[in-house]
Amino acid sequence: MEFLRPATWEEALAAKAEHPSAVPIAGGTDVMVEINFDHRRPTHLMDLNRIRDLHEWEVGDETVRLGASVPYSKIIDQLATELPGLALASHTVGSPQIRNRGSVGGNLGAASPAGDSHPALLAAGAEVEAESVRGTRFIPVEEFYTGVKRNALAEDELIKRVHIKKADGPQQFSKVGTRNAMVIAVCAFGIALHPETRTVRAGIGSAAPTPLRATAAEEFLNAALEEGGYWDSGKVIAPSVARQFAELCSGACNPIDDVRGSAAYRRRAVGVMARRTLGWTWESYRASGMGRTTEGGAQCA
Amino acid sequence: MASPTGPTRTPAKLHQGADAEGGVGDSPLRPDGTLKVTGEFAYSSDMWHEDMLWGCTLRSPYAHAEIVSIDTSEALEQAGVYAVLTYDDLPAEVKKYGLEIRDTPALAHGRVRHHGEPVALVAADHPETARRAAARIKVEYKELPVVHDEASALAEDAPLLHPGRDDHHAPHVPHPNIVHRQPIVRGDVASAAERADVIVTGEYEVGMQDQAFLGPESGLAVPAEDGGVDLYIATQWLHSDLRQIAPVLGLPEEKVRMTLSGVGGAFGGREDLSMQIHACLLALRTGKPVKIVYNRFESFFGHVHRHPAKLWYEHGATRDGKLTHMKCRIVLDGGAYASASPAVVGNASSHAAGPYEIDNVEIEALALYTNNPPCGAMRGFGAVQACFAYEAQMDKLAAELGMDPVEFRQRNAMSQGSVMPTGQTVDAPAPVAELLRRVKSMPLPMEKQWENVGGRADVRALPGGLSNTTHGEGVVRGVGYAVGIKNVCFSEGFDDYSTARVRLEVVGGEPVAVVHTAMAEVGQGGITVHSQIARTELGVTRVTILPADTQVGSAGSTSASRQTYMTGGAVKHVCELVREQVLRRGREKFGTYHPAWATAELLLEGGKVVTDGGEVLASLVDVLGDEPVEAEDEWRHRPTVPFDLETGQGFGHVQYSFAAHRAVVEVDTELGLVKVIELACAQDVGKAMNPQAVVGQIQGGTTQGLGLAVMEEILVDPKAKVRNPSFTDYLIPTILDTPTIPVDVLELADEHAPYGLRGAGEAPTLSSTPAVMAAIRAATGKALPRVPVRPEHIVEA
Repeated sequence: MEFLRPATWEEALAAKAEHPSAVPIAGGTDVMVEINFDHRRPTHLMDLNRIRDLHEWEVGDETVRLGASVPYSKIIDQLATELPGLALASHTVGSPQIRNRGSVGGNLGAASPAGDSHPALLAAGAEVEAESVRGTRFIPVEEFYTGVKRNALAEDELIKRVHIKKADGPQQFSKVGTRNAMVIAVCAFGIALHPETRTVRAGIGSAAPTPLRATAAEEFLNAALEEGGYWDSGKVIAPSVARQFAELCSGACNPIDDVRGSAAYRRRAVGVMARRTLGWTWESYRASGMGRTTEGGAQCA
Repeated sequence: MASPTGPTRTPAKLHQGADAEGGVGDSPLRPDGTLKVTGEFAYSSDMWHEDMLWGCTLRSPYAHAEIVSIDTSEALEQAGVYAVLTYDDLPAEVKKYGLEIRDTPALAHGRVRHHGEPVALVAADHPETARRAAARIKVEYKELPVVHDEASALAEDAPLLHPGRDDHHAPHVPHPNIVHRQPIVRGDVASAAERADVIVTGEYEVGMQDQAFLGPESGLAVPAEDGGVDLYIATQWLHSDLRQIAPVLGLPEEKVRMTLSGVGGAFGGREDLSMQIHACLLALRTGKPVKIVYNRFESFFGHVHRHPAKLWYEHGATRDGKLTHMKCRIVLDGGAYASASPAVVGNASSHAAGPYEIDNVEIEALALYTNNPPCGAMRGFGAVQACFAYEAQMDKLAAELGMDPVEFRQRNAMSQGSVMPTGQTVDAPAPVAELLRRVKSMPLPMEKQWENVGGRADVRALPGGLSNTTHGEGVVRGVGYAVGIKNVCFSEGFDDYSTARVRLEVVGGEPVAVVHTAMAEVGQGGITVHSQIARTELGVTRVTILPADTQVGSAGSTSASRQTYMTGGAVKHVCELVREQVLRRGREKFGTYHPAWATAELLLEGGKVVTDGGEVLASLVDVLGDEPVEAEDEWRHRPTVPFDLETGQGFGHVQYSFAAHRAVVEVDTELGLVKVIELACAQDVGKAMNPQAVVGQIQGGTTQGLGLAVMEEILVDPKAKVRNPSFTDYLIPTILDTPTIPVDVLELADEHAPYGLRGAGEAPTLSSTPAVMAAIRAATGKALPRVPVRPEHIVEA
């Protein structure tokens, strides 16, 4: 195994073009486990830790441009206002040590259906900035996951940043595991209210071959909220609406039975999380004065 | 500068001086504590030797297969490889080992019987080279049908795991795929059942728990000039290892010199051999030191697990809440090799009725040979499985009778003088009702303890924790109780003894006690207790603990809650011998100066010889002079006898220990997630030799029991292959899963035991699991007859 240590992003892209099978490594919380367990023997390992840009982030008007290597602990400490859903998801990643090393870039690179950040990214709305010597592309996150542990990157591409929409309303994240900390998701759910566009987005993790958006559930809920005048009135969402939303979220799942849980349980749990997190976010929306302010204090236009 | 030639990071003497005072009943610091906390302690995986090679084990990918051929040529061709060994390279006539039944091949011969069975060994100059070479060994397998449960083990055409058995259990077992079977019959169950006003039955299941010790199997074998080998190893019982290793190496025991290296936990998982023989074989073949360290994945295949069990129970009681009878059948899955299965069967059967007075019993326990992973010793040892079932039965009976479950238990609780199903009279305190009373009377944690001052939810205190699954929705509290009984020391007629060597000498003008035993310190704190005993018995401050090795006689195993009793007992006994010699010498030297030398009872205290009235006669320094006093002896507990093979009658156990728990849980009834809020324990330890260590043992055992209740299980697939050999998917409790554990320690002395102590390590592991399960049942109303309980069991009908 050869160990590449590019000093700059350009060197990294050149190295990736030259050695397309090179596996990028930043925190190593996923790649090193696979290597240590002999599940994976890459010909080249490319250490990205010298490229400081990947550890930086910028908060713009619309989005947070999050460097691929920014560790979860930084998201929790410094971006909880702009990215509340992702910050909640980051809280559930591994142990404090893992949160100091692991990053959203790594989660996307691994593209495990159980990755904790995916439902939050799907709910908030995000684009992956992928770059190669050939140029840059922006891949909407819902198109990024292509299969179990497969993603849309070309073999010469690296993830540079993730552009995540700043929260314009309350967001929540829930994850079921069979332990109260340090656990891989049995299934997970992210939800974001977007009062600006009067839409709700929902992301599901670990309940299908890829992380996915609960599109049918979103469409149902968007229509129901619009028709019921909920966004303006801020009234409590009718239980029937919440129930239908939860059922459609369950229905969006395509889970399997494995050591972590049964398919039937996953479907059921996603429904429970959908109903509860919708309730929590809507309650925040009501409490905040219906979109004039949001949870965490972010101001809306 | 001369280069070091010996191994490094091997065990060193542990000294404790004036800063660590503390005799029996105190809680001095552990001599190894600071080293462990600061990361300086040398564990067995840290050892190093110049020019050493790394060993690697090739293991079977199948649970049951014929080995058609093995081709090692490509592995041998790889640069850096020094040796590749298979069954054909075993040097001696003896090619198998085993704790009780010698049925385990050092390397597989013609057939593999479980997933992960060792097939070949490689030694190379780098661990990665060794692994790569192992991957180049070509083994052709022909898969065989697997035996995976009682039905497939006892089927008419069942493949026999060990055809032609000639072990001492073979003559009495009903089928050769049964390792051992122990019935216990007492009283008249049939007529007692007629008197019963209520009868409850239940079928229970216990999954396969792993010891999950944190220091993986590892050791270093160094070939010696005399043709023997020095083995530095993490184990629970050096001399038991030695007895099994030497014959397979073709060496006399004196040529296999073993030293205990740093042990990172055991819990029963190091009673069997793992890499001991393998490292020695490679070292003797290559003439070089060989180190083997398993990684976490391999560790799951490198040691036995707790027996999974199926249990059928029937209990009867009268309307006024007195038990009339019980019947049970306990089927333990021993996996491919016997390991400790026979003793686990003896324990499961003899503890099957629990700490209750029941005059009429019919008990049957047996262990199967299957192609599942081998199972053997783990904390609680057969009594854990039984306790889960009989405590569920107690709750069912109480519910049926409309009685409080604690009161029902108390009405039937055994006490000193009660008779066990084996006919053995319990001749020491058995405060079962009192332990239950104590846990019940502790104050309950506040309702909605997860609510902050502002009425918001603190998710860390709720089921799901930071995974943020509930802010109180669906959360229901439940409270449950359980009590258990566990034997202490080795049973059934086993000649159980320990050896200690103690020297008292003057070093730097101060008397120092030097304690040498072969006791395995696996984290339990045994060496701390030995220092305390030496201080109390010899009146010194400074104690040196020598590394445990085979240069001194056997200490027996660090298991069965026995080491403080046994090696503590041996150290006490030998200290008394040393004291007698010291006093004899004192009388010879100074007897003429004071009449009290001849007339008073003399003690050693504060470095001096004193009378029982407190008068100082001489200092130890003056009595000893330049000549140390040394003694060595074996020490035994009172004898036991084997259980009768048909009736199970017999004085089989040395001592019993008791603990009770109250569990308070909160269950998210919609998601099936559990948060154990509090797990209160009351336990009788006879004498708290080191109160802080006792509480630590109880809290640790309680947490391990919680793990079995709600998460810990090795899963095997239909082909008996292990599905989750990693800490990613074999979950053990984190600190967020660990509740507050208030501990109430009773000290009712057992007059048969040194200092009146009662082995403390295992009892808390028993009742913890059923107490948690009773609490979850109380919260959910579900039957939940299986542990570990999974979220889907709680939410699905």
